[in-house]
Amino acid sequence: MDAILLQILNGLDKGSAYALIALGLTLIFGTLGVVNFAHGALFMIGAFCSVTLQRILTLSVETIDETKKDFLGNPLKVKTPYVEQWFGPETGQAIIDWSVPLAILFAIPVMLLIGFIMERGLIKHFYKRPHADQILVTFGLAIVLQEVVKYFYGANPIPTPAPQAFVGSFDFAPLLGLDTSLAYPYWRLVYFGFSTLIIAAVFAFLQFTTFGMVVRAGMADRETVGLLGIDIDRRFTIMFGIAAAVAGLAGVMYAPINSPNYHMGMDFLVLSFVVVVVGGMGSLPGAVLAGFLLGILESLASMNEIKSIIYGIDQIIIYVVAIVILLVRPRGLMGRRGVMEE
Amino acid sequence: MFGLEKRDTLLLGVVVVLTLFAPFILNPFPADSGLAQFNAGYPDLMQRFVIFGIFAIGFNILFGLTGYLSFGHAAFLGVGSYSAVWMFKLLSYNVVPALVLAVIMAGLFSALIGFISLRRSGIYFSILTLAFAQMSFNLAYSVLTPITNGETGLQIYTSDPQYLQSVDAPSFPNLFGAAMNSSTTLFFGGWTFTFSVGYYFCAIFLILAFYLAIRIFRSPFGMMLRAVKSNQQRMNYTGLNTRPYTLAAFVISGMYAGLAGGLLAAMDPLAGAERMQWTASGEVVLMTILGGAGTLIGPVLGAGFIKYFENIFAKINDNVLHGWFAFMPDGIEDAMVAIIHPFVGKGWHLTLGLLFMLVVIFLPGGLVEGGQRLGRVFRRKDKNAGSVEADAAQRRSEAAE
Repeated sequence: MDAILLQILNGLDKGSAYALIALGLTLIFGTLGVVNFAHGALFMIGAFCSVTLQRILTLSVETIDETKKDFLGNPLKVKTPYVEQWFGPETGQAIIDWSVPLAILFAIPVMLLIGFIMERGLIKHFYKRPHADQILVTFGLAIVLQEVVKYFYGANPIPTPAPQAFVGSFDFAPLLGLDTSLAYPYWRLVYFGFSTLIIAAVFAFLQFTTFGMVVRAGMADRETVGLLGIDIDRRFTIMFGIAAAVAGLAGVMYAPINSPNYHMGMDFLVLSFVVVVVGGMGSLPGAVLAGFLLGILESLASMNEIKSIIYGIDQIIIYVVAIVILLVRPRGLMGRRGVMEE
Repeated sequence: MFGLEKRDTLLLGVVVVLTLFAPFILNPFPADSGLAQFNAGYPDLMQRFVIFGIFAIGFNILFGLTGYLSFGHAAFLGVGSYSAVWMFKLLSYNVVPALVLAVIMAGLFSALIGFISLRRSGIYFSILTLAFAQMSFNLAYSVLTPITNGETGLQIYTSDPQYLQSVDAPSFPNLFGAAMNSSTTLFFGGWTFTFSVGYYFCAIFLILAFYLAIRIFRSPFGMMLRAVKSNQQRMNYTGLNTRPYTLAAFVISGMYAGLAGGLLAAMDPLAGAERMQWTASGEVVLMTILGGAGTLIGPVLGAGFIKYFENIFAKINDNVLHGWFAFMPDGIEDAMVAIIHPFVGKGWHLTLGLLFMLVVIFLPGGLVEGGQRLGRVFRRKDKNAGSVEADAAQRRSEAAE
């Protein structure tokens, strides 16, 4: 029983990453009608925002420390990060330690900007082209972004630690009155909370603001909204930026869980597409639901008890489920009628 | 000839000549000249040209004719490779049973995947095939390790049974004794030409594959596939079930991919899971698009183009670049090298991605359309010139009056 609980918990963090990426994909698809194969690359760029901020914060000035000598009696050169010099050693150290959460602030403008440039510079020209062209051009863009990151950061994963305060695990067992331990890393809890927050924020934004109302109206009937004298294109561009930011933020906070490498975007992309299709193309709640569902399912399937019945099921379970759902319920779990039916 | 129209016979003739004389055509530079690095006339690369040409021709039958964009065709290539290597392991190094099984297995596999995926169209179809390909990759990479030998890749060991292998037969894939890696070399002046058995074996398959593709393109069946592309809904409304046609196209292209995979294994008896990865599927899509989807010659051109530049770009390093720009002043030379450096050598994928985007944005019809546009520009110029002269003559006559 506790093993199952643990696996469900384990599935939550991966599931939240899927849900966030799939949410962005669905937002873009629902508003602009474009299938964005470069969305995984945006997730990856978000993760590298963490890496970049960490590197910026640890930029160091080299000073000669007269009080310390090496074994030859020469004064020792000491590297001090600029932030430590400016804010004092303790505050500076704390800032460096908290670089990943701080990267959220850094990533939001960066991702919004990347989103705007992508939409205005490239995707805008592809609204009237067939879906195959949209898929192909964003696929090319994904390769380019991935290779650019590889050129600047190398091919190896770059460890990006979480703040010291979140190292260690939280034991769920006493809470649930279980005898055995049910340890779950703090950072994963934070990640889950963070993604729930973002998902809630996106839904609240769409549901309770005038801007969100117009966007929803535009998703339902773009032409009519345009005829009412609303510049729907501009709002959709902003939504693309927001979707990019959502994917980016998912990446920023994911960096401590999995050291970022240049192909992590592609790995997540395929699964996120499956998530979108299972949830139902164009349905935001569907994307979130399917994201968590598939994440949990994947980690349940990786339990030894299940793997011993069907060997290797954890590797293919998501695809099998997706295929079955598409055959039984072609519109996806919560797909709307009339969205990409043909 | 061969049931073809005149234009198609000409096209087939061009392909036959190009493939049969490739060792000469692709080796324009003498072996000891500085330009020899641009030669492509060695067996390994020429084999890849024709094999991926076959793969792209097959993909084009599906994508070019029906418009169904599959992102999972590399899976069939992988299935072909694995089954060919298994035939080498179990029977003998003879390539005939290997290729036969490769095509049959890929056909069965694609019939299964096609049957499910073709229930949906558009983006759903692309995503379904993508999911299937990724699933096959995962299966081959880890789950089915007893069959695929997982990460290491499937290869042939001396302990393999090889029930039909005779003692005096070569211990390399061969066609009734003619080993695929054997070749003869012709020295002519400064040039070195290599004629390899493996290359000509593949070339014959390319010609056959191309001929079959022409026949399919020109048949009523091909017409039907085109109709599916232009308006499937209307076809359905006229009471016609299009699925058997699309499924047939899917299976045919899957069998082409299986043949290509089998040939890959015949040239080098190895099969690895990385052949099935979805980036490999993306590559064949690019080949087809780059050459020109829906055209006959396009995919072959695209495959040759990409494999050639992949090979050449990967060989260029900083020293070569410095050699090229040596005539420039030092500062500019270094700057040029620094600018080009990210795009060559290990950065080939960056160039590939950029190329992909540029082709889709500016030249959706691929190289073939580019050539046609270029031709039209020249022709129009001639016409304009004529009309200008006519205008001038008219004006002169008016002035005279």
